[in-house]
Amino acid sequence: MSSDVIISANNLTKIFGDFRAVDGISFEVHPGEIFGFLGANGAGKTTAMRMLCGLSMPSSGSATVAGFDVYKEPEKIKRSIGYMSQKFSLYEDLTIRENIRFYAGIYGKSDAFIKEKTAALLEQLHLRSEANKLVRSLPLGWKQKLAFSVAIFHEPRIVFLDEPTGGVDPVTRREFWNMIYAAAGAGITVFVTTHYMDEAEYCSRVSIMVDGKIEALDTPAGLKQSLNAASMDEVFLKLARKAVRSGD
Amino acid sequence: MPAIHVENIVKRYGKKKEAVTALHGISLSVERGELFGIIGPDGAGKTSLFRILTTLLIPEEGSATVNDLDVVKDYKAIRQQVGYMPGKFSLYQDLTVAENLEFFATIFNTSIEEHYDLIKDIYVQIEPFRDRRAGKLSGGMKQKLALCCALIHEPSVLFLDEPTTGVDAVSRKEFWEMLRGLRARSITILVSTPYMDEASLCDRVALIQNGKIMSIDTPQGIIGSFQKPLYAARTSRMLEMQRNLLQMPGVEECYLCGEYSHVVTQPAIRTEQLIHYLQQHGHDQIDVKPVEPNIEDCFMDLMKN
Repeated sequence: MSSDVIISANNLTKIFGDFRAVDGISFEVHPGEIFGFLGANGAGKTTAMRMLCGLSMPSSGSATVAGFDVYKEPEKIKRSIGYMSQKFSLYEDLTIRENIRFYAGIYGKSDAFIKEKTAALLEQLHLRSEANKLVRSLPLGWKQKLAFSVAIFHEPRIVFLDEPTGGVDPVTRREFWNMIYAAAGAGITVFVTTHYMDEAEYCSRVSIMVDGKIEALDTPAGLKQSLNAASMDEVFLKLARKAVRSGD
Repeated sequence: MPAIHVENIVKRYGKKKEAVTALHGISLSVERGELFGIIGPDGAGKTSLFRILTTLLIPEEGSATVNDLDVVKDYKAIRQQVGYMPGKFSLYQDLTVAENLEFFATIFNTSIEEHYDLIKDIYVQIEPFRDRRAGKLSGGMKQKLALCCALIHEPSVLFLDEPTTGVDAVSRKEFWEMLRGLRARSITILVSTPYMDEASLCDRVALIQNGKIMSIDTPQGIIGSFQKPLYAARTSRMLEMQRNLLQMPGVEECYLCGEYSHVVTQPAIRTEQLIHYLQQHGHDQIDVKPVEPNIEDCFMDLMKN
């Protein structure tokens, strides 16, 4: 693996019975990139992501994440990444401070590290006076911003974001993307899925999965040019309409 | 008489002291045959409103009618006349496609055949899977089956709570095409969505945030009420451009919007001034042009009030 590749997949495949959920995908992600991982429902995105996160063994092919092999070193991968999904992010019945402490503790961070960084984070999110309130009481937008901060609290090399902005109001959605940019600027590689096509424009590069395969991979500008499309929405429709299989 | 009429509805949850107000006295009217969208993020109060109108929840204050029937007093009659597709998939996962449809038809004292014409275009797409259990269907198929079940008794008013949430762009387009088809058959449709771009597919929309309706109008009307100049701007360094523009006198807002950033300014600011300012700050590949606002621009503008 060359030093400027942080995720590398080569012919990565996952078969359930006779169903090829992920059908030989190959791609590389570079450090500090914001990599958009797009596809229709059922295209195989979640299965591919689970393999890259060390949660699911591939059927064939190879992949390394943060320099670790997905077959041999899934535990090391888990320690090197952060993960955030729309559905499950934080414990609603723990306070903001407790959630931070819990996740940081899981990743084995020292008390001193947690204490210092918690103070900085609460300051940055303007949540200092709310720190001892239950997460349940926070508006959704705040929960998502906090969940993202918690996912990168242990300073992972890569963060996987699975539809992080679904259902969030337009102002918070943009604040969230500014946080993603800041994380990428600090050297964290961002691997993100979304159904909002304007967000595809914010990515350094975008891949589009159709029926288990990566059908296209380029910068947003490159994709629009090669598919002769005015917007990413049009790019997506042109590619995803070809899908034979449907749904998740 | 309007198909749906809502007046000053207030909905609170929880005990007095810690009560959360989900709806702060909202009012709206939906005309017969209209495709009306409730547009807003999670937590805005969309589902509370839907559950009140489908007689599943009683409001603390205010009144509402569906087909001129009161949502509290006449709940039984309303249930016969409306179709409801909740946001969460609520069919029987362990019954097959055909069994689910049969079940809902029976409950409403009708048969699949009686109103088959209405669901035909949608049902033919899932018919090949008629013997598959609903729990084993893909997301898109579940959605189509749920819509069929909500239509099986030929309701005059259809309530669809976030039918496209979490659904990819292709399936969302297909779903809206189905809705246009139903609208052509003069069924009144109230549909909610967090996707602002779907507003343009409705006859009229209500923009809702924090339990309050910020605006009700046609999509064109909402866009027309955006009074400030709006520009799309792009340079080779987008983040820095945003930081710079936010400090420029006369610029009120600058935020991401696809490959460009949108810049809201005071009336006096013109394209050339923005370009000149960006040049002064060392930007290259500068592209600035006036643009029409979209529903998100309007929504964010209304959120500030």
